[in-house]
Amino acid sequence: MSKAVLMQGNEAAVEGAIAAGMRFFAGYPITPSTEIAEGSAARLPQEGGKFIQMEDELASIAAVLGASAAGMKAMTATSGPGFSLMQENLGYGAMAEIPCVIVDVQRAGPSTGLATSPAQADYMQAKWGTHGDHPVIAISPSSVLETYMLIIRAFNLAEKYRTPVIFLMDEIVGHMREGVELPNPNDLIINRRKMSFHDGANKQCYYVPEGQYVPAMKPFGQGERYNITGNAHDESGFPTNSNEIAGKLVGRLLDKVEKNVDDITRVDEYAMDDAETAIVCFGGTARAVMSAVLEARTAGKKVGMFRPVTVWPFPEKQLRARLPQLKNILMVEHNHGQMLLEVQRVAGREKPVCFLGRIDGTVISPQDILAKLSEMEENHHGE
Amino acid sequence: MASDLVHLYMRIDHLPQMWCPGCGNGVIMRDVAVAIQELIEDPELDFNREDFVIVSGIGCSSRAAGYLDFNSIHTTHGRAIAFATGIKFANPKLHVVVLTGDGDCSAIGGNHLIHAARRNMGLTVIAFNNDIYGMTGGQYSPTTPNGDKATTAPYGNVDRPFDIANLATGAGASFAARGDIYHARETIDIIKQAILHKGFSLVDVYSVCPTYYGRKNKKGDAVEMLKWQKEHLVPTARYYSMPESERADKKLIGILSYNDYPEYTDEYAKVIESCRKKDKK
Ligand SMILES: Cc1ncc(C[n+]2csc(CCOP(=O)(O)OP(=O)(O)O)c2C)c(N)n1
Repeated sequence: MSKAVLMQGNEAAVEGAIAAGMRFFAGYPITPSTEIAEGSAARLPQEGGKFIQMEDELASIAAVLGASAAGMKAMTATSGPGFSLMQENLGYGAMAEIPCVIVDVQRAGPSTGLATSPAQADYMQAKWGTHGDHPVIAISPSSVLETYMLIIRAFNLAEKYRTPVIFLMDEIVGHMREGVELPNPNDLIINRRKMSFHDGANKQCYYVPEGQYVPAMKPFGQGERYNITGNAHDESGFPTNSNEIAGKLVGRLLDKVEKNVDDITRVDEYAMDDAETAIVCFGGTARAVMSAVLEARTAGKKVGMFRPVTVWPFPEKQLRARLPQLKNILMVEHNHGQMLLEVQRVAGREKPVCFLGRIDGTVISPQDILAKLSEMEENHHGE
Repeated sequence: MASDLVHLYMRIDHLPQMWCPGCGNGVIMRDVAVAIQELIEDPELDFNREDFVIVSGIGCSSRAAGYLDFNSIHTTHGRAIAFATGIKFANPKLHVVVLTGDGDCSAIGGNHLIHAARRNMGLTVIAFNNDIYGMTGGQYSPTTPNGDKATTAPYGNVDRPFDIANLATGAGASFAARGDIYHARETIDIIKQAILHKGFSLVDVYSVCPTYYGRKNKKGDAVEMLKWQKEHLVPTARYYSMPESERADKKLIGILSYNDYPEYTDEYAKVIESCRKKDKK
């Protein structure tokens, strides 16, 4: 049985994470993510879990990775400036294959920017922020209920693929309040990493059987001694200078995500069946896009919404499948054109891609989108 | 016993280690291994090998974690104490021992050091203090003495140095001590006490880097540098029996500060307990 409650997006992130089994949170306060730290501080000890306010974000993500290595599902939450500080250890988590969830409730930047205003300009940072080639999974919710459901998915993917997952929220969703009916906890699917090493090859801790991509992970303190490092390493987890082993390792890390895109990527499509114009958006921007689509449909325009829910890897296959029916695409996002680059890459020369962005910390309205659609019509984009 | 130690507690497949001839890191690594071995083998105590986790940052000294055959995690430069905080808090029954360099724990990681000390997080931090950045080839660190040379201080170091044990004491560490590589037995005992200590403990172990610090500052080879330690670093009993005038150019090897403040994870366990009680009501 489910119950209806009034909830804020940030609160839903805490409750969803706890439902997913998160029992460790380390963080440092920053608007507009602070309610996630505050909620975790209040709720975790009630569940036997642990909350710690660290001295900065460098420490927060390090503590989260440490806790995960010791067997706990762990999370941190931040916004742009803190997300920047976390980048080095985000790469460590990818290299050492330590699952965790990093919430970034995006605000307007660069630098301290407009601390309380919404933006979506960390999209590219989520993918390219840490140095070196590495796998990235990032998920972006557009409503309070979806925040609850998707953060569970974020933990599930982190555990399944043994990698940090970025939960890319924005101020719009983080601070939005909605009535939601939470699912029955018994109906949720919760993944847990495999807690013993794969058989074979002397039970090396980073051994992966042929045809698989993810080593099994036994937490520290459970009777198996091994080494974890961010250096290039062999199957025993020991640093190596071998280019061959390093190349194979990074290749496998990238393959974990690339060979499993169908499992990882999700999109939400609305009114796309006969759409000739696709409005692409993600996160909180979807609210205005939905209104605009409804209004445009009332006016008889064949407009639909294509919303990547998994924003990294970009759902390339799904968008490509829509291209033949489309005359044009409109990318709407609260930045200077970041997901736009992915959409342009997929659309190629086939379809024109128009853009509506925002960099001043204000919110794009349905009227702004409708005006852009009319402008596109007048300019005969795609005819 | 020495060869026993290597076979029992080191990853022999990965030896010999990568350090330069004369480097002090091997001595400190051995001291840590002996200290742990003696704790495990002590029938009066209940130390379990599987409960030890060795955490290190980045630097020559941080490579020690990989050679020690325990749960080990070699993290990022400066962040070892923050990783260790997560490990200890997640599973307080673990004995978390951090192996770190003077740069790793007092420059890039200085913030984590003082905050772990302030919280009294139950970690044992062993600083391999060689007065220099070894891994990157001899740049000055926060412990390089004023006036000394380094590749980035070709005209002499203008900075004033940290005394890491005093720094930890100032930050509220409930246990801060100093060891060195010459007084191995004393240092092993100090490390044992640090591990036995319930709260945060730090041992600043004076090491030697003849390759960079020694050569740049004409300190001679490793033997010469050890002689300096023998003459200038003095174990507790002898130190306090010396006349004040003789202590001027000497430093104490031993425990500098000790307190039995409540340990962090114990205190948090009480928070969990009180929330659970409220739930039941
Ligand atoms: C973020 C970052 N900055 C710089 C470095 C380069 N670096 C590696 S080790 C090191 C200094 C090591 O000195 P110390 O901590 O004293 O250890 P030692 O090598 O002397 O044992 C530096 C600057 C790095 N790995 N990561």
